[in-house]
Amino acid sequence: MNSGQLLLVSILLSSFIPGIIIFCLPEEKHRLRTLLNFCGSIVKISLVLVMNAGIYYGHVFEIRLPLIPGVELLLSGDPLSALFTTLSSVLWLLTTVYAVGYLEDSPNRSHFFGYFSLCVTVTIGIALAGNLVTFLLFYEMLTLATYPLVIHRGTEKSLRAGRNYLMYAFSGGAVFLVAVVWLQAIVGPMDFSASGFSPMYLTSHGSVLTFIFILLIIGVGVKAALVPLHGWLPQAMVAPAPVSALLHAVAVVKAGAFGIVRIVLDVYGAHNLLLMGVLPLLSAVAAFTIIYGSVLALQQDDLKRRLAYSTISQVSYIALGMSMVDQQLAVIGGLVHLVHQGLMKITLFFCAGNLAETLGIHRISEMRGVARRMPLTMAAFSIAALGMIGIPPTVGFVSKWYLGLGSLAGGNWWLLVVLVVSSLLNAWYFLPILIYAWFDKQQGPWPEELYVGRFETRLMLLVPPLVTAFIVMAAGLVANAQISPLAWVRFIVRGYTL
Amino acid sequence: MFPSDTAVWIVFPVILPLVAGLLCFLFKRGTFGIALAAAIGNFFVVCFLIYQMLVYGPMRCYIGGWHPPLGISLRIDGPALLMLLMTAATGLAVTLYARGYFLFRISDPLRARRHKRQQYYFWPLWMLLLTGLNGLFLSADIFNLYVTLELIAVSAAPLAALSGKPASLRASYRYLLISLIGSLTYLLGVVFLYRSCGVLDLALLQNLAGDGLGISTALVLLTVGLMLKTALVPLHFWLPPAHANALAPVSVILSALVVKASFYLLFRFWFEIFAPIISPSSLNFMGTLGALAIFWGAIQAMRQQRLKLMVAYSTVSQLGYLFVAFPLSMFVDGGQVWSIVVFIALTHACAKSAMFMVAGNVYLHLGHDRIKSLKGVRSSQPITVFAYGIAGVSLMGLPPSGAFIAKWMLLSASFASLQYWWAVVIAGGSLLAMIYVFRVMSHFFVIPEGESSKKNVSLSPLLEWPPLILALISLFLGLISPWVLKIVLYKDSGLLAQIFQGGLP
Repeated sequence: MNSGQLLLVSILLSSFIPGIIIFCLPEEKHRLRTLLNFCGSIVKISLVLVMNAGIYYGHVFEIRLPLIPGVELLLSGDPLSALFTTLSSVLWLLTTVYAVGYLEDSPNRSHFFGYFSLCVTVTIGIALAGNLVTFLLFYEMLTLATYPLVIHRGTEKSLRAGRNYLMYAFSGGAVFLVAVVWLQAIVGPMDFSASGFSPMYLTSHGSVLTFIFILLIIGVGVKAALVPLHGWLPQAMVAPAPVSALLHAVAVVKAGAFGIVRIVLDVYGAHNLLLMGVLPLLSAVAAFTIIYGSVLALQQDDLKRRLAYSTISQVSYIALGMSMVDQQLAVIGGLVHLVHQGLMKITLFFCAGNLAETLGIHRISEMRGVARRMPLTMAAFSIAALGMIGIPPTVGFVSKWYLGLGSLAGGNWWLLVVLVVSSLLNAWYFLPILIYAWFDKQQGPWPEELYVGRFETRLMLLVPPLVTAFIVMAAGLVANAQISPLAWVRFIVRGYTL
Repeated sequence: MFPSDTAVWIVFPVILPLVAGLLCFLFKRGTFGIALAAAIGNFFVVCFLIYQMLVYGPMRCYIGGWHPPLGISLRIDGPALLMLLMTAATGLAVTLYARGYFLFRISDPLRARRHKRQQYYFWPLWMLLLTGLNGLFLSADIFNLYVTLELIAVSAAPLAALSGKPASLRASYRYLLISLIGSLTYLLGVVFLYRSCGVLDLALLQNLAGDGLGISTALVLLTVGLMLKTALVPLHFWLPPAHANALAPVSVILSALVVKASFYLLFRFWFEIFAPIISPSSLNFMGTLGALAIFWGAIQAMRQQRLKLMVAYSTVSQLGYLFVAFPLSMFVDGGQVWSIVVFIALTHACAKSAMFMVAGNVYLHLGHDRIKSLKGVRSSQPITVFAYGIAGVSLMGLPPSGAFIAKWMLLSASFASLQYWWAVVIAGGSLLAMIYVFRVMSHFFVIPEGESSKKNVSLSPLLEWPPLILALISLFLGLISPWVLKIVLYKDSGLLAQIFQGGLP
């Protein structure tokens, strides 16, 4: 095992081992548990940064484990996986801080943090997967690792949500498995590669390959919450706030979106998809999901549900970017949104959790004048919300700008219209919240004021959203700098001939 | 060619448990120690046999130096050894688990007396059953196989009756009758085969079985007899009550090992001896029955109100996968068919044992196993529930379990042969398994309202760890599949040559 392989394995183990130890720890040892979590996530971030540097300078990271002829597990670090691992590991650290503050004094914490670490391990596995079999392995494991988190509260409602989640996720997984085997039966075993499979298969199996593409997209579309496969997501909102933050920003939904990226760029490849002519279909589904999610978000009074529908809408920007795979600018926009949406959405969920945890606020109508009580939280919320609408200089603007340019360059005027309409809808459902919070007067006492202290809320709950909100601003301001997500995405796209 | 004295080791998996069974019967004390020693010894002998086979290739041992067609011979090859390994590993785990089971709350005098009586019969019968199983996997002639089948039947049925409840007595009586009918049908088949070919040795039969009424009749009789014992739908009716009403360690043995033994034999007949005369339509017929079993078993499992019955119906469903391999066998190489079957069997043996052990733990803990009232088990028995989850995941065939590898091969074969409906069956079966596994799981996770009034019953490590370890083995079996494949592919190619060297007609 060379040093590169060791690095890949230790990136996975840096959250897996703390997770296993946490399972075995007694409930009351919360100091040790917190220490383990922090050590794990800091080690992971450092290792990921080392790997990123290696990838940037052209080092190859690869580890193979053959199972049966034609089936092997492959972990590999390429620029695309580096993007997702970096996002997951950074947000894991912040979410851990947040979760430690959030779950103070609640039961079953060792159970929670154990699955939490497993969940991150599996997400990193998805990022590092180098072929469809490995991707499938971690994709199914993700369902298993997140299920206990979704039903963490153990109430009737959360169990129902969990059942629904499993039905959707495993059905998607089964479809995905069938599609993967079928694809392999036609094109043979293949790793993710910048060119996709050879176009000669299209002449012999064109329609079957199109059908398999649709099956694959359905398989990952369940987790990416493409309409009509989105039913599980709003229900899964019963989970505790750190879980929602993680599910929406990093783990589940992102894994689905990342799967779409892999299938489009690395399995089929741009030229095959253009020949097959299925891209307009993907565009249509993505565009419909964007508009539909926003319209439904408008109708929600529950803050977390509104954010959930907003996720459905926003994640489809990634799919939209992939559906214009012949346009380099659109691909950049879609890929960079993978990171940008994560940053913005996690901020929003942190803030929603703060409101619920500090003042008992769950509904938007209860938020009047809340900015005076919790100015910092609401400032972070506002930055992220403005980002979602796409106002410069936040990161949301950067994504939409590239997507818009891409659709113009490809001559897809109607997609630009979709983008504009979606921005208007975003404004429509986020601006009233901001107006309520900042400019309205408080009406009566807060529903349930749980915390009164030196700061507006517990410090561990306050810092993570401020940090992510800062990144939302900063990464937008210095989008052209060497270390911004955008720069890395440009580096990724250089590897493809688009 | 191997030195003849090495082949002697083949006898030990039969001798060890037989001697242990007799000793357990004679002595009232220390029976567990004897059984444990035999189980451990058996495990190491099997490991050693695998090592030997990897060095010398498949082997035969002629009892008393008599060669077939006169003498009795034992033989090992890849699949047989893996089945032996499955039996040895599960057997060792179940031996430990049974000890924990019988020791549970021994302070309660009523329970102590009952457990003492049950133990008195359990250990010798279990050792006898182990003898039968090992003998079946090793025997190389079809009459010997009949003897081992009978041995299994007469030791399994009393084991199933051990709990002493009316329901279990009724179920085990029926089980005994069915087993005997199955054995007799098998014996009839043997008679027909012997009448037509004049030999009993498996390897010799392989060359002689041709077309003819006698041989076709033999095939039908052997198949029906073994199908009855394997509980393939629609002949499965006896299995759920027998497995679900037995004591937990007994359910483990019956579900994980006994049904596999008759299936293994059936598979040997179809794909070795009768391979030349099997028609595609008969393979398709078996596959269809398998598909029916997958769906029927799963639907019944979903509807059950008791955990043990759910697990028992899940066995009916999982056995179906073994038969779905029949029609797809035409599209994979010979070695691969065996590996599909072996992967399913190994995964199922480990996962199902873990599940029955979990059900047993839940029963010991709560005093019942009604699915609706399993609230809060997760907080009181985290290890047990974790084992249940892992075993369930393996049964569903999620990666990296051994069942995933098998399903992958089945799916590839069905796509390669353009028989898409098998892909639907296989994927659909996994989804149904998900539903029945997680229906129970979600009850485990319910947090009971208010403080739990139940006193916390602590289970001994002997009860908690065997299921967890078995479940983990079944889950990670896929990762060691290269080794499994390597062993499976050892088939006795040089075997016939050796027999002829030994001076044959």
